[in-house]
Amino acid sequence: MLQTVIAMAAAGAEGVAASPFVSLAYLVAGVLFILALRGLSSPASSRRGNRMGMAGMAIAVATTLYTHDVISLPEIVGAIAIGGAIGFVIARKIAMTAMPQLVAAFHSLVGLAAVLVGAAAFLNPGAFGILDALTGEIHAASRIELGLGVAIGAITFSGSVIAFLKLNGNMSGKPIMLPARHLINLGTLAAILGLIAYFVTDQSPWIFWTVTALSFIIGFLLIIPIGGADMPVVVSMLNSYSGWAAAAMGFTLGNTAMIITGALVGSSGAILSYIMCRAMNRSFLSVIAGGFGAEAASSGGGADAIDRPYKRGSAEDAAFLMKQADSVIIVPGYGMAVSQAQHALREMGDLLKQEGVKVKYAIHPVAGRMPGHMNVLLAEAAVPYDEVFELEDINGEFGQADVAFVIGANDVTNPAAKTDKTSPIYGMPILDVANAKSVLFVKRSMGGAGYAGVDNEVFYMDNTMMLLADAKKMVEEIVKGLAH
Amino acid sequence: MDFISILSIFVLACFVGYYVVWSVTPALHTPLMAVTNAISSVIIVGALVASAEAGSAAAKYLGLLAVVLASVNIFGGFAVTERMLAMYKKKERK
Repeated sequence: MLQTVIAMAAAGAEGVAASPFVSLAYLVAGVLFILALRGLSSPASSRRGNRMGMAGMAIAVATTLYTHDVISLPEIVGAIAIGGAIGFVIARKIAMTAMPQLVAAFHSLVGLAAVLVGAAAFLNPGAFGILDALTGEIHAASRIELGLGVAIGAITFSGSVIAFLKLNGNMSGKPIMLPARHLINLGTLAAILGLIAYFVTDQSPWIFWTVTALSFIIGFLLIIPIGGADMPVVVSMLNSYSGWAAAAMGFTLGNTAMIITGALVGSSGAILSYIMCRAMNRSFLSVIAGGFGAEAASSGGGADAIDRPYKRGSAEDAAFLMKQADSVIIVPGYGMAVSQAQHALREMGDLLKQEGVKVKYAIHPVAGRMPGHMNVLLAEAAVPYDEVFELEDINGEFGQADVAFVIGANDVTNPAAKTDKTSPIYGMPILDVANAKSVLFVKRSMGGAGYAGVDNEVFYMDNTMMLLADAKKMVEEIVKGLAH
Repeated sequence: MDFISILSIFVLACFVGYYVVWSVTPALHTPLMAVTNAISSVIIVGALVASAEAGSAAAKYLGLLAVVLASVNIFGGFAVTERMLAMYKKKERK
């Protein structure tokens, strides 16, 4: 059926470029993209969905090539081959723990591509069909679309580059706070919007290029004050922007596939940002304003709690405790990703299951550095996805669990979120690990509280045993302890 | 297409996006980001137009560069999504 559509589109192209079959082909591509996302409603249908996305992309590209007098086909094929080969190799080689920075890097490419397409449309408006036949100038509406598209694309690019550098560790995750940054940011944004409005009356190149340059700068300024743990929101937000940039270009070209995709990706990123913010009980604006974690470290509960007594255990103690348990709930966090402990953790889970222990995994929505980060890592380690539960689905079960095994998570288990109104994480939904009969808390050291810089009451409870070591080494020790 | 038809498609697609994305299971949020990344590279359509049409050499080379970038994303995005999705397995029934 797909071939028929392409053939129809091709046949249509021989007549006029605006043949209904061409529009139809782009519509089919758009619908296939919707189905690609629909497939992700369950792991079982997800791969079929991904194939539909590929088919949609193939249709969109084929239709475009068929309907234009392509004078540079070899160069275009070469460009696709080069880009495709690079993308394919990266996708094969990338470690699953590096997925957040990979996604950020990919976002930056979409943003830059949008800027380049916008610039090309500005330089050669005739090719894009946005010239006014009477005046020989670009349509007023197209100028707004071009301005917005380039601005959003440039913000996506420079913002994603900063997000990539922070996630990849090339740049400190600490917020970088410029004085009067809100004033600078608002001023720059106002200047961009003002210039786009002025662009409607005057299509001088300097306006176009100034908008582009200012947008690169604002993208950079917007992300530098945002700390590492707020990156899930930032990555989702940039995901959303890359969609809006594609949609703006779709308006310029009057292309259904681009508009539908832009709207899908735009809302997808926006919803993910919302879910992340809700899971931290923070407003989107407070995340965007940045600086979280910078002030918190110097104030709050940290100082008075340094010498409180806590129980420290060994791997053998932990192995013994879990062997005796009926049920164990494992709570993974970013620390598990950092030390790559997921494979050892699955081995531990398998050994416990052999002993007849019920093993489940509990995942907080903001665990890790991007939405769903922990799920992918556990899936990589071959943990079956029906043993992995979301916060709302498992939180009631901690009361019946014998052991809560917290590995590399901290703030998402901190009861201060419920009890301490002065805490920076107050109001954040948490995993109630404290309700379990015993808590095993794997942590590198007692210093260095969680990202929010708040001390965690759970460390000092009578039923908590602190396992102070690198997460992976500790789990491997426990596995040894369980094996004999 | 006139502006209002395009706007209608856009607004309706936003609603479709809203409902479709809420139905995505949280366990697949990372693949969701990877695949939305791949499909937002449909911007390659604009890049192809720029590199295919005569008129401006500068526009053509900007277009070709955009084709390279978007292709990295398309192939990389779909391939990495495929790789991730292949890892999600159900419990083996014994």
